[in-house]
Amino acid sequence: MSLLSNAAVLLGKELRTEFRSRELLTTTVVFILVVIVLFSFTFDPTSSESRRFAPGLLWLAFLFAASLMLQPCFLREQNNDTLSALRLSVHDPFAIFLAKLMANTLFLVFTQVVLLPVFSILYNISVAGVFPQLMLVMLMGSLGLSVTGTALSAISAQARMRELLLPLLLLPLLTPVLIASTEATAALLDAKPELRWDWLGFLLAFDAVFLTALWLFGEYLLEE
Amino acid sequence: MKKNVLIASVVVLLMCAAAYASLFVAPTESKMGTIQRIFYLHAPSGMVALLSFFVCFVGNLAYVFTRQPKWDWLGVSAAEVGMAFCTVLILTGPIWAHPVWGIWWTWDARLTLTFVLWLLYISYLLLRTLVDDPDRRAMVSAVYGIFAFLDVPLVYGSIRWWRTQHPQPVIMGGPGSGLEPTMRLVFRFWFVNLVILMIFLIRERYRLEAMRAEVKLIEREAEGA
Repeated sequence: MSLLSNAAVLLGKELRTEFRSRELLTTTVVFILVVIVLFSFTFDPTSSESRRFAPGLLWLAFLFAASLMLQPCFLREQNNDTLSALRLSVHDPFAIFLAKLMANTLFLVFTQVVLLPVFSILYNISVAGVFPQLMLVMLMGSLGLSVTGTALSAISAQARMRELLLPLLLLPLLTPVLIASTEATAALLDAKPELRWDWLGFLLAFDAVFLTALWLFGEYLLEE
Repeated sequence: MKKNVLIASVVVLLMCAAAYASLFVAPTESKMGTIQRIFYLHAPSGMVALLSFFVCFVGNLAYVFTRQPKWDWLGVSAAEVGMAFCTVLILTGPIWAHPVWGIWWTWDARLTLTFVLWLLYISYLLLRTLVDDPDRRAMVSAVYGIFAFLDVPLVYGSIRWWRTQHPQPVIMGGPGSGLEPTMRLVFRFWFVNLVILMIFLIRERYRLEAMRAEVKLIEREAEGA
């Protein structure tokens, strides 16, 4: 029980830090907007074309944005060595990871809620009818992104060239998430929308595998 | 030193014998012709690459739990050897695919998996070059190695569901699969040889890593004195 209560306190701290400055969320939203606009130059976004490409573009944009957004996750704990303080304050170091990955999931879902309507207008795709189902896919995908991303940001924070290293470590690892989320999103944006439970189950499996791995091995990443 | 030269010559002789077997002993395949002979190098390389990555995974796990540097040395040695076999796999594939499929590359399940695998372990080796402290490097790369290996079945599963074009597994495939007896023999010979080569290379690389650690230690002692 102390794990969850610790994590809840730390989650509150993560959210407070973010909502005092709002740096991370604003830059991420603007970054995804830039990517979406740039994508529109690479092909003709008519409605039949965009049905085919849009889900992939959307998830690629989120993947790139996440690999940038997750950078400061552990880096900013190094400035005043707050990581040591965090480690001393919790019984199980997994609470630190749990809080950070929950915060990152919330941030990602938030950017998706903000950007999905914009995206649907710009690319001529109606999401109104399937919005709740889309959010479910987004939540599961974001969880997968955050679980692996939080772990790898703890790794890359200890290396040189960390800004380049995190995307390099993270993006190949996220291949299954990209495929499963894109397929599930594409099925929902299809002319005959369908919620693909098989891909959702796959995302759930991915999340479970890496959450377990993080639970087992995460603490070793936080040692001095 | 003598023992090493002996082992190395045996490995080289075995590889020559394997090359001879695939070029002259194995019969020519009826549909694909002589290009099929690359299969004896191609398919076992893939299996041995996976085997090396598994050895790397075992080394990573053992390091996390025991923190003995030797497991880290095993991890990096196996990852590098696995990369070498994976590169052979990626290079020999297109040479076969171009005459048979008419294209160099296709985004089929196993091809894509190999590519992603290759990228994952390149990242693993890159990560190692970017962390200076040896203990830190060993620990973070071990955890990344575990994550990378856990990702392999997931990548394969996701791409498999998504699309596939590669010839169905010839060995242990469905009914109607299977190799002609001489071909099977040559294939097994190649597989055993490549496993021997893998063990030899990992062993040599491991010794190099151990030697490096020893030199570091002596350097530090010399500085202290």
